[in-house]
Amino acid sequence: MAETRLDDLIDGLAGRLVPVRRLRPPLLRAVFWLAGLVALASAFYVGLGGNAGLMGTRAYVLPAFLAALATAVLAAIAAFQLSVPDRSDRWVLLPLPTAALWLAFSGLGCLADLGVAGTWGESFVEMRQCLLVILGSAIPLSLLMVLMLRRARPERFGRVALVAGIASAAAAGAVLMLVHPHTSTVLDLLVHGLCVAAVIGLNVVFGGRLLGRTQEREPA
Amino acid sequence: MPPPADSLVLGSLGGATVGAAGKVPYNDRRPSGVGAVVIAHTPVDADAGLAALMAAAQGGDQAAYRRVLHESIPLIRHAARRAGVPPSGVDDVVQEVLLAIHRMLATFDPSRPYEAWLSAIARRRAIDFLRSSGRRASREVHEPVAYENHADDIDVAAGEERRRENIRLGEAVATLPEGQREAVQVLGYGERSLEEGAALTGRSKTALKVNLHRAIRNLRSRLSGSD
Repeated sequence: MAETRLDDLIDGLAGRLVPVRRLRPPLLRAVFWLAGLVALASAFYVGLGGNAGLMGTRAYVLPAFLAALATAVLAAIAAFQLSVPDRSDRWVLLPLPTAALWLAFSGLGCLADLGVAGTWGESFVEMRQCLLVILGSAIPLSLLMVLMLRRARPERFGRVALVAGIASAAAAGAVLMLVHPHTSTVLDLLVHGLCVAAVIGLNVVFGGRLLGRTQEREPA
Repeated sequence: MPPPADSLVLGSLGGATVGAAGKVPYNDRRPSGVGAVVIAHTPVDADAGLAALMAAAQGGDQAAYRRVLHESIPLIRHAARRAGVPPSGVDDVVQEVLLAIHRMLATFDPSRPYEAWLSAIARRRAIDFLRSSGRRASREVHEPVAYENHADDIDVAAGEERRRENIRLGEAVATLPEGQREAVQVLGYGERSLEEGAALTGRSKTALKVNLHRAIRNLRSRLSGSD
């Protein structure tokens, strides 16, 4: 009885089989996404007239930038690895050490400048530009990541969406430091922290839902 | 465009007879298509053969796909049982996993082991099943009389799957480096103590212990593991 049911199912699936394009290895797919990040960062840098040379002159900005960039790279690799069924769940841990460094350097930069004028905040115009850069990079990078991940129809979609969110948020942080290399103010830290949390949260909620839906329907 | 499944299987297995043991494979009862007639008499126990069939299926070869799905059923049942799914639920898990294979066909990389890919999917589907059946059970009313009168689930496929599992284990052990293979044979299969093993092999007890540990780690990742 059960065998007949399974036979029928297999016949049905085989009957609907169409050639599929094999997914490229996760590492290569991560490189494609990172190419998108480089293109976006270049556009912002040229468009907003960034001055990366300032990075070395401000406390902890260069280490924070490198840690954010490393977090984006490692989180992207982890997301694409986790989207494939036979890769370990432990890939989720890959971006955590550099993410901790990123937060630590941002915080240290802020502490180092305590007492200096302008530590507690900056002009409204400057803040608006920061927000524009963060959201302007995080949103397209998140969309690109989710679109690329959808092809794998990931089973662990919640975890994949979380790591994808970390990748996009860290990438946005790195782009901001590249375009606008200044030591984080207290207000900066708060706003960036909120933005990062929002990007990760939105990825988990909407990205997770979008990726989860790919598990429910059959391929076209 | 990959070559047809029959040539892939024959090529990759090189006429291997492991696992044939005089038993007609499950899908031999339902040959379909020219390719299936040729490959139906070629045992496809080796992982490389299944990976080659999957590669052919990704290219649209329906006969290869049908065969690899049939060959996957015992492996899925085994993974489900290992995860603690009761016999009455095993076929539900098999069905779910077959659908998942269909959805995720593009994610299989033929250069990697098929069984590891399949068992990762099966394990997660089995856990999903256990979670949902746990939720169902918490809503159901306990009925002792019906429980006592219900016939036991007899797991008729378990023996055959144990045999297949032993064959797969044997194949995996054969691929281990010599020192590790020796440790498994002496300490595992031979059930010797470390002292006896050291005397038999001429290796130190520490070397044997290290080799056994490495062998177990290798076997675990080879048979069900992930990286």
